[in-house]
Amino acid sequence: MLEDKDRIFQNLYNDLGEDVESSKKRGDWKDTNEIISKGRDWIIDEIKSSELRGRGGAGFPTGLKWSFAPKEVGSRPHYLVINADESEPGTCKDRDILRFEPHKLIEGCLIAAYTVNAHVCYIYIRGEYYSEGQKLQKAIDEAYSQKLIGKNASNTGWDFDIYIHYGAGAYICGEETALLESLEGKKGQPRLKPPFPALIGLYGCPTIINNVETIAVVPTILKRGAKWFSSLGKPKNTGTKIFCISGNVNRPCNVEEEMGIPLKELIEKHAGGVIGGWENLKAIIPGGSSMPMLPKEICETIKMDFDSLVEQKSGLGTAGIVVINKDQDIIQCMARIARFYKHESCGQCTPCREGSGWMWRMLERMAKGEASREEVDMLMDVTKQIEGHTICAFGEGSSWPVQGLLRHFKKEIVKRNNFNPLVNKDNKIPYLVDQHLLENDNAEIKS
Amino acid sequence: MSLKKISKDQPKKFEFNERNIELAKKMINNYPEGKQQSAVMSLLYLAQRQNNNWIPLAAMKYIAKFLNMPYIKVYEVATFYSMYNLSPVGKFFYQVCTTTPCMLRGAYKLVDVCKKKISNKENEISSDGNSSWMEVECLGACINAPMIQINDEYYEDLDEKKLENIIEQTMKGKKPKPGSYRGRVNSEPENNRTTLVGIKNA
Repeated sequence: MLEDKDRIFQNLYNDLGEDVESSKKRGDWKDTNEIISKGRDWIIDEIKSSELRGRGGAGFPTGLKWSFAPKEVGSRPHYLVINADESEPGTCKDRDILRFEPHKLIEGCLIAAYTVNAHVCYIYIRGEYYSEGQKLQKAIDEAYSQKLIGKNASNTGWDFDIYIHYGAGAYICGEETALLESLEGKKGQPRLKPPFPALIGLYGCPTIINNVETIAVVPTILKRGAKWFSSLGKPKNTGTKIFCISGNVNRPCNVEEEMGIPLKELIEKHAGGVIGGWENLKAIIPGGSSMPMLPKEICETIKMDFDSLVEQKSGLGTAGIVVINKDQDIIQCMARIARFYKHESCGQCTPCREGSGWMWRMLERMAKGEASREEVDMLMDVTKQIEGHTICAFGEGSSWPVQGLLRHFKKEIVKRNNFNPLVNKDNKIPYLVDQHLLENDNAEIKS
Repeated sequence: MSLKKISKDQPKKFEFNERNIELAKKMINNYPEGKQQSAVMSLLYLAQRQNNNWIPLAAMKYIAKFLNMPYIKVYEVATFYSMYNLSPVGKFFYQVCTTTPCMLRGAYKLVDVCKKKISNKENEISSDGNSSWMEVECLGACINAPMIQINDEYYEDLDEKKLENIIEQTMKGKKPKPGSYRGRVNSEPENNRTTLVGIKNA
């Protein structure tokens, strides 16, 4: 288990106060000037060798992302944007950083902005986090009044401003290009990539977008050294991570732990165990609702890091762990997640807009046992029609969890929906317009 | 994409009050010159706050003029995002999170309480004209599930009884105390914390 002294977020439970003076006592804003004076290349190299991977879900190496920003500022200014639109079901880590460790975030913003040549930073907070936003604004005001940010921020000679932008309840704005659209005052519909935001982002200018947790750990990494950070966890999956453990556990909580910690240890030790005991565990969702669920057999041994979870055809995502025990109806749980995606699809791409509704309606019927046997395979096919056929990763995010359910609990669905209506025989209506899906039927007609 | 009903009763006129004009100008200044459209979301919030928590069409027209952008673009934004209310809601606006993590911990029981105590239908103002409720998607407080949002504040770790008490308070016009209702501090694990123990005792 990680020792307390190696935890980055000492104030995760707000024992120490979130104001600037208390934050300074635990090391925030210490040596900021000195770090920045070491220069952009040193900072990028240090972050690269710490092997920090983005904490927003995709796990992209942070140092690499920063190195994509143009080295020289041309005619267009650079921007830093912080993604605090935390909306992934099962995830509530950024909320605690915003309200209890705001100065880690602000200090990280200054360092990151300097590194990518940005003078302006926008923090995009989900609209529901209104009081968290107010607390962050208070911290920003404190930082301004102490000259930590603003003109000649922290005596570095770098001018730096931070503004908060509130979202308004759209999950899709957590997607980086949708977030930029929203920042520009439009509806949040993702852009095609390329061009990537690092070159053409906010207002067509080079923009680096990072998650709250990613930026908030940067100052500590630079202060304690990349070596320290990469000594935690395992190669390519280094450092610590805030895990949010929710659902059917005895003590749901946020906890900062080492990457690669066994899932069982997280649940049993920190979250007080599954309600009804470990044997009562049905499945877990390891990284926010977009990540495919894992059945109990895999939960016994799985380690919580990016690569171990990918091996099991799932992912670490945001590390929002949702525990589902045997008292729950697993199909109904999934149907509710499908409803979430149906509600949040931005409507831009047809496969996602239509498919998310299909998946939801089919799962609702399957939960009631009203689906036909054929529909189980049809559901899999629908997920395949969505996956990879949309502009943004929402398509994958909505179809992967359904695939996870089918992968591990198909038997259960088939058992509950074990009837084949007679009418099916005479009712060969193509369920998708795509004719190639009816190849078998076509072959029949020919013969 | 959420389907939204636009109120049939629309006021003819809307203008920001003096304070909001000042705030609006300040918000526009947060963005580079010529990019004032970026402020449309914050201005819609201002309008919503000024107009009893909902946005009439007149306000969208007013904001369009204020930001020198087409009215339909404002309309597009107001209808896209779920937090803009386009028809009146209660003075106490209950939003019950029912996404899976909350559902696992009994969110639908809270929905039943709302149906019983506020009004049988979603988005319908209670008979005393004070409150309304709706189901919403994940509010990002999953470890404090089940939870609801009333206006700007989160009410966490609830059950039927606790929600009933909250509703009774709002019926009397009082604002209940936000935060956890199981006595825990923020999002720390209840009883026997396993990390940051020394800090707590210090």
